[in-house]
Amino acid sequence: MSEKASFRSNGGVRGWYGRQPAWVQWIVIAIALVLAFLLPYAGDIPLIGPQIVTEGIDWPSALFNMSYYVLLALGLNVVVGYAGLLDLGYVGFFAVGAYGTALLTSPDSVLYADTGWKWLMAVPVALALTMVAGLILGWPTLRLRGDYLAIVTLGFAEIIRIFATSTTTLRGDRGFASIPHPPGTWNGEPIFGVTDAVPYFWLGLVVIILVILGVRNLDRSRVGRSWLAIREDEEAAEIMGVRTIKYKLWAFAIGAFIGGLGGVLFAGEQGFINSQTFVLQFSILVLAGVVMGGSGNMAGAILGGALISYIPDRLRGISLGDTDLYEYRFALFGLVIIIIMVLRPQGLIPSRRRAMELKDREKEVAPQ
Amino acid sequence: MSEPHQETPEELDRANARPVDEPAPTGGKLDEPNPSPVRGEEVLLEVDHVTLRFGGVVALNDVSFSLRKGEIFGLIGPNGAGKTTCFNAMTGVYRPTSGTIRFQGESVVGKKKHEITRGGIARTFQNVRLFPEMTALENVMVGADAHHKTSVISALFRLPRFWQEEKSGRARSLELLRFVGIAHRAGDVSRNLSYGEQRRLEIARALATNPTLLCLDEPAAGFNPAEKEELLQLIRKIRDTGVTVLLIEHDMRLVMGVTDRIVVLEFGKKIAEGTPAEVRDNPAVVAAYLGVPTDAA
Repeated sequence: MSEKASFRSNGGVRGWYGRQPAWVQWIVIAIALVLAFLLPYAGDIPLIGPQIVTEGIDWPSALFNMSYYVLLALGLNVVVGYAGLLDLGYVGFFAVGAYGTALLTSPDSVLYADTGWKWLMAVPVALALTMVAGLILGWPTLRLRGDYLAIVTLGFAEIIRIFATSTTTLRGDRGFASIPHPPGTWNGEPIFGVTDAVPYFWLGLVVIILVILGVRNLDRSRVGRSWLAIREDEEAAEIMGVRTIKYKLWAFAIGAFIGGLGGVLFAGEQGFINSQTFVLQFSILVLAGVVMGGSGNMAGAILGGALISYIPDRLRGISLGDTDLYEYRFALFGLVIIIIMVLRPQGLIPSRRRAMELKDREKEVAPQ
Repeated sequence: MSEPHQETPEELDRANARPVDEPAPTGGKLDEPNPSPVRGEEVLLEVDHVTLRFGGVVALNDVSFSLRKGEIFGLIGPNGAGKTTCFNAMTGVYRPTSGTIRFQGESVVGKKKHEITRGGIARTFQNVRLFPEMTALENVMVGADAHHKTSVISALFRLPRFWQEEKSGRARSLELLRFVGIAHRAGDVSRNLSYGEQRRLEIARALATNPTLLCLDEPAAGFNPAEKEELLQLIRKIRDTGVTVLLIEHDMRLVMGVTDRIVVLEFGKKIAEGTPAEVRDNPAVVAAYLGVPTDAA
């Protein structure tokens, strides 16, 4: 098809990949998947392996952390990158997913006598809850634009956190303990135990792959076209028959769902959550990851999400003289972000369209 | 509301058979009036005593006129006469202060913009407003999506309806690009298209929504005479597929050459209505355009 040809003419890795026949593309994907699943054993690679793995924290645990950050980045990318809605309170959905799971499963929950479910049973209910939360937040606020929407979403995340801190039902700092792990046994031993984080990482990876497939399907359909049209000219889109409110609400609900997935996984792995987990910093960090990786592009969001989790974890346990670098992780991290944004304002792996939109805007600001 | 007209492939092929730059078989020259063969007496759109105020400014003052099905209707007037305002009131961008606008017997006042579009009124913009980073084909497909029923769920799981509508929408969009004469640019990002191509693409995108009424807001702005002639052919071609066309235009020669009836606005008021010949001889119109006092003429 001719419209693909114009994209294929580009250079670089993506240009090369786009020009390959389908079977080569499948092989590349298969190799990437195998390598992703083998990541927990990266430390065994001679020479480079020890440089990659984290020292202060168990490497598979660090990988699991990366997996839910990647999920959050993928979800936020739908909201910010595709639909162009600036959401500063994304952690709220992560919290709703985690608290939904905790309320339905933990012995500390007031509902325990009636529910006390297994983790897997709680998952669909918790996810439905996050989608509803997305709709509740979206319905009244999506008529707002840009900065105003950002402020309202910021408020939403704070409301969730303060609610969790102050109400007795959500137990504040005491939190919920003994949240059950995901089910399954292998040779009589539970697969998802407390000592080995590798199965959790693999579970996260499987969920990530499903999310990628789902978001990709949506992107390459009228849904993705509608999002893009809304981002580029909302009024023109509506005059061309796009139900703008409906598609913005879907973006919010889908973003919330993916964020909820992250929360559900997090609760299942940790076994314990409290209100300290869901601080505002978390939202900002994930947004930074999306922008740093390349807003509007899934590969970028994945890379950004992985980096915001990896960089601080990697700095853990490294000392320069007497100072532990972990103490300065956010300072160093901020420095890295500044450097990346100065050198590559469109992100590490940018969306081509986003990069062009950015260029257009630069021209508007400074005409030649 | 009646079923929106859909061009069959045969109709489009017939329309495509003639290259754009060749003169149309029906009446060639710009200033020769060219009555629409398919014009009926059925009223399609009725602007009924519409007044629109912005604070103290009266943009439209008790304007009434009606469009008949199948005609090419011109809305002309000097700068700031309220032509685009009138357009915006029809397409739901503005809400009239008083009066109503009925389309196929149903009021459009208070309806949402996307509802009006799906009801059968499509438009282009005075300043081209495409989706710049989308390809030409994708731009048209956004328009085609207006009548699609693929839900988010069927897009997510690639259900049969998705494949079916994606395929038919793509085929129809390509047909429309061919119809307006820019099929060779289908895969190009629309910001890279030339100005004339962008104007044509906007028309294709509007046609993709299956309109009964197509409103063109100064489609010839910035065109040279040859391009204007091509545009004229295109407008006639669109009319021949059964779409009623409402044309806002500055260029009197172009309007005179293509329209069946004309309404002239000045300072938000209707000052004349009639066939091109009637309007041309109307002293009030001459005065409005040339600034000659009516009594001196």
